[in-house]
Amino acid sequence: MEIEGLERIISEHPFFAKMEKSFLDIVVGCAKNVRFEAGQYLFHEGEGADQFYLVRHGRLALQITSPGRGALTFQTLGEGEIVGISWLIPPYRWAYDAKALELTRAIAMDAACLRGKCEADHDLGYDMMKRFMPVLIQRLQAMRMQILDVYGTHA
Amino acid sequence: MSAADPMLPRVARVRRRRRDGPDVWTLDVDPPEGFTYTPGQFNMLTAFGVGEAPISMSGDCAKTGRLIHTIRAVGAVSSALTRLGPGDAVGVRGPFGVGWPMEVAAGHDVVVVAGGLGLAPVRPALYRLLTERSRYGKVALLYGTRRPEEILFRAELEEWRRRLDIQIEVTVDHAIGDWYGNVGVATTLIPRARFDPVNTIAIVCGPEIMMRFASVALRDAGVAPGSIYLSMERSMKCAIGFCGHCQFGPVFVCKDGPVFPYEKISRLLSMREI
Amino acid sequence: MDAGQKAVITAEGLATLFGVLKGRGYRVVGPTVRDQVIVYDDIDGLADLPAGWKDEQDGGHYRLTRRDDQALFGYVVGPHSWKKFLFPPVLRMWHAEHKPDGTQVASEPEPTQRFAFIGVRACELHAIQIQDRVFLGGSYVDPHYRARREGTFLVAVNCGEAGGTCFCTSMGTGPKADKGFDLALTELKAGSELLIETGTADGAAVLSELPHRAATAEDEAVAEAAVAHAAANMGRAMHAADVRDLLLRNLEHARWDDVAERCLSCGNCTMVCPTCFCTSVEESSDLAGVESARTRRWDSCFTMDHSYIHGGSVRQSGRSRYRQWMTHKLATWVDQFGSSGCVGCGRCITWCPVGIDITEEVRAIRASERH
Repeated sequence: MEIEGLERIISEHPFFAKMEKSFLDIVVGCAKNVRFEAGQYLFHEGEGADQFYLVRHGRLALQITSPGRGALTFQTLGEGEIVGISWLIPPYRWAYDAKALELTRAIAMDAACLRGKCEADHDLGYDMMKRFMPVLIQRLQAMRMQILDVYGTHA
Repeated sequence: MSAADPMLPRVARVRRRRRDGPDVWTLDVDPPEGFTYTPGQFNMLTAFGVGEAPISMSGDCAKTGRLIHTIRAVGAVSSALTRLGPGDAVGVRGPFGVGWPMEVAAGHDVVVVAGGLGLAPVRPALYRLLTERSRYGKVALLYGTRRPEEILFRAELEEWRRRLDIQIEVTVDHAIGDWYGNVGVATTLIPRARFDPVNTIAIVCGPEIMMRFASVALRDAGVAPGSIYLSMERSMKCAIGFCGHCQFGPVFVCKDGPVFPYEKISRLLSMREI
Repeated sequence: MDAGQKAVITAEGLATLFGVLKGRGYRVVGPTVRDQVIVYDDIDGLADLPAGWKDEQDGGHYRLTRRDDQALFGYVVGPHSWKKFLFPPVLRMWHAEHKPDGTQVASEPEPTQRFAFIGVRACELHAIQIQDRVFLGGSYVDPHYRARREGTFLVAVNCGEAGGTCFCTSMGTGPKADKGFDLALTELKAGSELLIETGTADGAAVLSELPHRAATAEDEAVAEAAVAHAAANMGRAMHAADVRDLLLRNLEHARWDDVAERCLSCGNCTMVCPTCFCTSVEESSDLAGVESARTRRWDSCFTMDHSYIHGGSVRQSGRSRYRQWMTHKLATWVDQFGSSGCVGCGRCITWCPVGIDITEEVRAIRASERH
């Protein structure tokens, strides 16, 4: 029952759009529902990156804290987006904090579980990589604009 | 404006001055008699004894007794203009340029993408869209700026956000502390905007890098290159096509623009140092 | 019949021309020798003309040499062009007074005296027409240019010899003056006899006050031969028909890097070019802030200031500024004004300190396309 409901939810999330049923059947085993209250942290910088999240509702701020300046938000993510890429590569550690700005519901995908399944089935692995690549590239392109400080005066 | 000498400024008086950002001020000027303009046009404003600069109008064209200019202090002339106060004289030449395609946009959805100070030249278009709301389809404003403290016209944006007939999305490049809004570049707002790409006119205004990427993002979202309009900026000493400074390839930004359809200038935009 | 009248005058007739024009209130300006160069300046009479002088011109090279005759117009064009009178290098446009009860802005008065230009070459007539189009033919009119241009009396001269850097023939702008003049002269006998042709009613009226005789077929043949000689001996050539398209499809050509290594960005070319029209403005004020004024002055696209917007100049490299000048002159000018901006006078070649030759630059780009 629980798994059927989750499978439908996962397949409806934009990240898994049009995924083959056989693959969905595999990944759903790594999934679970989670929820975060406003102000609650999903994870902190330096902690083990053992899951990634598909945001269903709500909004998160990705932050890096600096002494004196406090928490610096460099990105917000919301409904339909995914949070977490550090789980893909060793040492599997979060590089920033993620904090819920409002009540946020998400699907948490167990990283070790998913990594194992991708190793066992390379076709699944390739499908997952093809889904991650556009996210990574878009984030990189957007990040370039942010660091160029295009709104600065540069006088 | 004197028909005999288009380089002769008319003298106007500043009524009020308001700070709108860390280095941004809005001047409320008593306009020269009979002065009218359309959204997207600009004036050449003179700070007597210092010089002249092109500044877009940022107010409501329908309010003919008021002339509003939002100015960022980036150089000697703009800084002098931002120091003018009530009662001070300011020289006005204009209106100049081709403005936003308000008539072309009638019957279409309208997406306005603004960055930084770019919100000022599009504000007259927003006033027109809201005043004549029934002439347009869905209307969305996507606004990005550097930090929350630099959000221009914040109170007005919040007021518009409370309306049911316009979508307002705001983002900043980075935020410190208490900011619960979006963080990320303005282009990330486009997928979230509600509009029908094949029946949309897009108005884009901001730093050139931002306009270039926003135009590509709109085009990739399905808006036709001929339906995306940008407001270009170049050095101007005359605003009437004589000084030669504002040339951008074959076009003079002052009189062939400053508003151009993306289709007309996309090749020039991708060239370095043109 | 006012235009197309042909007559012959002697040097005495030409001397009389000065008197007639001054009598009609014109400020007479024309060629004269100064600082080892033939410039355009106020001239009083025949004695001021560079009789017996010839100019030797090449890339980055200008020398006056003595002719073995006393020809009055045996040279071509120098560093000045007529734009120095119609479109002054420095012009105060308006002044303002700031008093406690208000600010008043007033235009500077325009000159009322009209110019008479003596010795306008065919390329220069075209250059004047090109600047007419820029300043008078668009949606805005420059009142300062119009005030100086209206009523100007133009005495053209048909070149009997081509200059070392001339290429009017290939630009279709000479060497024969075909329109836009009140009178046109062709020197038949060096220093002593000239064919004179009327172009307007004003020209015919002035001719009627000069001692002259009717021109014979032989006179006309001599004149035609002189012009043909000039046409056949141009120092340079530019195949003009496709230059616009050629340059606009080669905006990233390696040749621009090549010329950038030579170009000093000195801006001489823009100063001597008879059609360049870029300007800048300066605001001035007295210390008390009571009086201020705005002055317009010639500017050049070679300066860093020319494309400066907050944050820096759009065209920072010398390469991009040279490309801007040359592609504006030969290509985008066509989009803007319906003709080339170049009249083939060769001044930019002569007065470039390193002898950059736009005909050579065009040739190099075109040649590379054939491979």
